[in-house]
Amino acid sequence: MINKIVQSVADALAGVKDGSTVLIGGFGSVGQPDVLIEGLIEQGARDLTIVLNNAGSGRIGVAKLMDQGQVRKIVCSFPRSKDPVVFETLYREGKIELELVPQGTLAERIRAAGAGIPAFYTATAAGTLLARGKESREFEGKAYVMERALKADVALVEAWEADRWGNLVYRGSGGNFNPIMAMAAELTIAQAQHIRELGELHPHMIGTPGVYVNRVVQVDRGGDWLKPEQV
Amino acid sequence: MPFNRDQMAARLADDVPEGWCVNLGIGMPTMVANHVPPTREVIFQSENGVIGMGPAPKEGEEDPWLINAGKQLITLARGASFVGHADSFAMIRGGHIDLCVLGGFEVAENGDLANWATSENDTAPAVGGAMDLAAGAKRLWVIMEHTTKDGRPKIVERCGYPLTGLACVNRVYTNLAVLDVVEGKGFVVRDLAPGVTLEEVQAKTGATLHTQ
Repeated sequence: MINKIVQSVADALAGVKDGSTVLIGGFGSVGQPDVLIEGLIEQGARDLTIVLNNAGSGRIGVAKLMDQGQVRKIVCSFPRSKDPVVFETLYREGKIELELVPQGTLAERIRAAGAGIPAFYTATAAGTLLARGKESREFEGKAYVMERALKADVALVEAWEADRWGNLVYRGSGGNFNPIMAMAAELTIAQAQHIRELGELHPHMIGTPGVYVNRVVQVDRGGDWLKPEQV
Repeated sequence: MPFNRDQMAARLADDVPEGWCVNLGIGMPTMVANHVPPTREVIFQSENGVIGMGPAPKEGEEDPWLINAGKQLITLARGASFVGHADSFAMIRGGHIDLCVLGGFEVAENGDLANWATSENDTAPAVGGAMDLAAGAKRLWVIMEHTTKDGRPKIVERCGYPLTGLACVNRVYTNLAVLDVVEGKGFVVRDLAPGVTLEEVQAKTGATLHTQ
C-alpha cells in the first residue's frame, strides 16, 4: 500500500541536510507552507539556499528562518514586502546572498528542472542587468538569454487537500509556485489542510499527481472561513 | 488642469476595448480596472495565476485565497480560471496578453522602460514579473506622473536607470498627456490633459515631442 502521510511535522522534515537548496511555495502568504517553514526552523538545518517568490515579511515564517541564521542565499523575484526588515538588514550587512530572478524566469527555471530540461532561452531580461554574464543568442532577429534549470534538494509545498498517494488539490490562487516546485526537488514535502480517502479527489481537480510528492502532513490552519464549499 | 491619478487611470481605461486580456501592474495600474465599465468584457489576468479578476470584495465576503499581484484581496469574474505560475508566465511570455499596464521611473523615446531599480536606493532591488511582462505582452502602456516629485522629466531620450525592457513601451499616459512611442520617430502626442498646452508638456519632457 502506498502511504505518504506522515504523522508529524517533525517526521515530514526529517533528514533535511545542512547546505540544502529548498524550494518554498506560495505567493505572499497564499499557498505558503507556513507550518513546514516553522518545522524547518525547529529542525535546524543551516547554510540553506532558499528559493521562493518573496523574501518574507515581519519576523515570522521565512523571515524568522533567515533571522535564525539558517539561510546563506535567497533566490527570489521580489524581496520587498510590507515589512522586509529581516531580509534588508541581513542584505545590507552582507550576511545573506541574493540572486534576483524575474518571476517568469524563476517559474520556468523550476519547471525546467522538474521536466528534465537543463537550460532554455527566454526574451525576458535580454539587454538588462539581470542578463549580465549569461549566454545570449539571437533567434529570428530577436535577443534571448540562456537560463539554467533550478533543481533543488527539498520542496515545501502547501495544498488544500491531499490523499495517501500524495495527490494534491490546490485552492483559489494557492497553486502558484507549488505545482512546479513539487516537480523540481529530490524530496517534496506537502502540508495539506484536509486528507481525503483515495479516490475521493476528482482526477480533474488534482493539481499535482502524487508521483511528485514524497511526504504529506495534515495541518489544520483553522478558521471557519476556510470551507471548501466557499472555493 | 492636469489629470489626477484617478483621471489618468480613467483616460487609459477608455482606450481598452472589449475582449482584451489585460495584465495590470501593482500601484496605479491596478486602478485602471475600476474604470472599465462592467458592460465591457475585459479579462484581467494576474501573474499569480488568476485569469478573470473581478472587483475588490465587499466587506465580509473576502476569501483569503484570492489575491492579485499586489497581494490585495480580489473576487473572481464569471468565467474566471486558475493556473499555476509556470502556466501564468507562459501566457505572459508566450504573447497571449493583449495589454500590460505598468508604472515607470523612466520611458525613453526608443521605447525602453526603466521601472525596477534606481541607484539611489540602497535596499535590494525587486523585479517581480515586470521584465517578463515587458518582454512578452503584445502591448505595453505605461501610466506614471510626467515628472518626478522634484520636477525632473521621466520621459527622456535615453533611460538613466537600469532597464526593465528594451523598446517595449507603446504608449505613455501621464497627468499631462498621452504619448505614443513610434519606432524611428519617438514620442508622438496623442492627447493632452484638458487646458494643458503642448509647450507646457514639452517644457517638462526630456525628449522631443512630435505631433501627429
